[in-house]
Amino acid sequence: MPSLNLLIQSAVSGVLLGGLYGLIGLGLGLSWGFLGQINLSHFAFVFLSAYLSFEFVNKLGIDPLVCLIILPPIFFFIGIFLHWLIRRFRITPFNSLLLTFGLTVIIESFIQWIWTADFVKLQTSYGDKKASIAGIYLPFAESMAFIIAVLVAVLVHLVMKYTDLGKAVRAISQDPKMATAFGIPQAKISLGIAGLCTALAALGGVCVAMIYTLNPSQMYSWIGVIFAVVMLGGLGNPFGPLIAGVVIGVSEAVTMVFVNPSWAPIVSFSLLIALLLFRPGKL
Amino acid sequence: MKQSNYALVIIAGILLAALPWLNIPAFWQSFLYIVFYWGVLAVSWNLFSGVSGYFSFGHGAFFGIGMYTVAYFCGHLELPFLPILILSGLLAGFFGLLIGALVFRVKNVRGELFALLTLAVTFVIATIVLNTPIDGGPGVYLNSVAIPKLGPNAAASFYLMMLLLLIVSLLSAIWIYASKLGLGLSAIHDDEDAAEVMGVPTYRSKLIGLFISTYLAGMAGGIQALFVSYVTANETFSISVPLFVVLMSVLGGTRHWAGPLLGAIVITGIQYFFTVGDSALFGKMILGFILIVVILFIPNGLLGNFARSRAKKSSLQIVQDILKKNDLPQEKKAVSKKDQVLLQTKDLSKSFSGIKALQNVSLEIYQGEILGLLGPNGSGKSTFINVISGHYPATGGQKLFEGNDITALSAHQIAAKGITRTYQTPRPFNELTVMDNTRLVASYAGNVSLDEASELAYAALKQVGLEDKADSLPSDLNLHQRKFLEFARALAAKPKLLMLDEVLSGLTPSEINSSVELIQKIRSQGTTILFVEHVMSAVMALADRIVVLNHGQMIAKGLPADVMRDPEVMAAYLGKKA
Repeated sequence: MPSLNLLIQSAVSGVLLGGLYGLIGLGLGLSWGFLGQINLSHFAFVFLSAYLSFEFVNKLGIDPLVCLIILPPIFFFIGIFLHWLIRRFRITPFNSLLLTFGLTVIIESFIQWIWTADFVKLQTSYGDKKASIAGIYLPFAESMAFIIAVLVAVLVHLVMKYTDLGKAVRAISQDPKMATAFGIPQAKISLGIAGLCTALAALGGVCVAMIYTLNPSQMYSWIGVIFAVVMLGGLGNPFGPLIAGVVIGVSEAVTMVFVNPSWAPIVSFSLLIALLLFRPGKL
Repeated sequence: MKQSNYALVIIAGILLAALPWLNIPAFWQSFLYIVFYWGVLAVSWNLFSGVSGYFSFGHGAFFGIGMYTVAYFCGHLELPFLPILILSGLLAGFFGLLIGALVFRVKNVRGELFALLTLAVTFVIATIVLNTPIDGGPGVYLNSVAIPKLGPNAAASFYLMMLLLLIVSLLSAIWIYASKLGLGLSAIHDDEDAAEVMGVPTYRSKLIGLFISTYLAGMAGGIQALFVSYVTANETFSISVPLFVVLMSVLGGTRHWAGPLLGAIVITGIQYFFTVGDSALFGKMILGFILIVVILFIPNGLLGNFARSRAKKSSLQIVQDILKKNDLPQEKKAVSKKDQVLLQTKDLSKSFSGIKALQNVSLEIYQGEILGLLGPNGSGKSTFINVISGHYPATGGQKLFEGNDITALSAHQIAAKGITRTYQTPRPFNELTVMDNTRLVASYAGNVSLDEASELAYAALKQVGLEDKADSLPSDLNLHQRKFLEFARALAAKPKLLMLDEVLSGLTPSEINSSVELIQKIRSQGTTILFVEHVMSAVMALADRIVVLNHGQMIAKGLPADVMRDPEVMAAYLGKKA
């Protein structure tokens, strides 16, 4: 039986990691819920951003926190361009899944071409920093990811609930044609959401680079857990993915205390299956 | 047409099987092996996923189960290869059944969710394999396993085994495409809810399809395991298997049994070209790019248009064959027994999370009558039809049909009992011809073979005047014709009870007249009709009795003239006096 301290430490790590799950899941869920697109390339963008951060920090000596400011705007425009392409060709949701699958493979090959398939690690002084409260460690990068995730979720929530823009977005997600008929600039707003989602992927990517050792094919191992987060959290509420991320993060971390960490992918999947079977209406 | 396809595949197979004895260059033999290998995977994927629209991204998982079955039983336990090969297919197939039994129960898991779930399954299987003695991490060597001697050398044996499996896969695909099962799966692809209501046992059909598909994938994995002779989890469960099979099938065209094979040939060729040039990474990038271009510019695939014209031709052929026989089933004259109850509901209720759409509706429909079901918008008429047809399960009360309790039956079982319906907004299966739409329903709801169903379908099409459109696609029809296609589908099943949901709405006066005549004719042949309608002239002309719903409750029933004078009915339609 592991010590209480170890259990609490795992749970705290799980909460922090869950924040990162929520951050990546939020971008995916927004484009699924509001644009009706299942964007597999979200994971590729997370990793592209992670590798760019690695390049900026290790080769150019830029502070990783600066990457948090420069990368999202760049990815915002990439997202807009991609969505413009998808709109132009009037692609069905299912074909958007296939199309972004193709894009994912292209980006993965591109990353492998530039940075090789070897493992790389972003070197930064933040890596060692951690706060300690009552013997429980709070590593800097994980805590930062969690705080960003909470801030983004609160911000998205406030915008959706209290601004005209937010109301327009909700109107579009319910009935795009009717929204357009009432004068909502549907095309522009959709492009904006798509850009936002990709920018969130960029934010997530910087955090991933600060926390993990990177390898291009790892992007696929995130798919299962993040989709579990999105499905558990639902598509409507920005806090949904965050809460679901924390639930999955904690379950994973606590399970790892008892069994070999390489069993991790089973946890989120089991939760997903359990959800499907017992609360099918939630999806 | 089906027979000639079988013959084509078998003859081509025999010719290819002779190659190893003709001393073809080793390069071509190994290249052809790779083509067969991807051919099996793509064709087996497509015969379920392509036909039904349930795109599995987990084909790699089932393929991997086959690989590790051979790796474990032949590599670790040193059992002979051929019996284990059979087992590898079976294990993959049963695992497919298990996954299917779990996820197909959930109504929300349609195309996209299924794709993601199956993708996740792949990583779960990989995790299990890596963390148990099945592999444990280092991979499994199969060098010491004896290769069955089928050809002049080991390479030829692999070539022959994979060729045989490809032939089996193609024959299965041809069979599925021409069978009742395949037609049912195509209907699921286009509109699963309507398919279930029209009598297709959707759950069972999907399970059978998934089993065949995963069984073949497992066999391919078994052969491939021995071929590569060193099996690792990272290679086996990588993203390339699902990527390639989806790409090949979409490129070749999922609507034709040979589409995935064509895709496999093209993609393997491209892939080989780049591997020879030592730029495998570039090749992968090109594949991603091809997938995008195909989705954007030829979403139906290379054989898409060909498949469509073939489907039209075969529908035309069916009609010509029937006309040659020239002995259409004679219409029976009705024996109308108006005192016998056909359908009875007792306190039937349906609520949607608090909203009571139907409250304690108790009514009976007599054999041979036309019952008009009226009520303002939102009064529960369509819900009533949906509950009777089994699309929505009732939340309370009972349904009795010919004296038997049908409350607990699922929609396709109710359809098979002889209850069919039409939709207010026509819901044809868009990728199927008018003939296929009709004979599909006749076959499933009427419980007859496809051949018999074709004759029933032709008779029904003739009755509604669509016999010349048998080879058209629903998108080529106008609204009136699409409504009549709804009629034809419902009639072809020879229903005992036909439920018509606002068939007249949106039609011109002359179209309404011809529809009213048609309904009278249907009744004169002995079919009982439940008739939801707003066009009052038609209701008064047709209905023997009328039932009025308001806010989910029955407020009146009786003869049309009496019901129309009922003060409560007038209030429901016109509002109460202050």
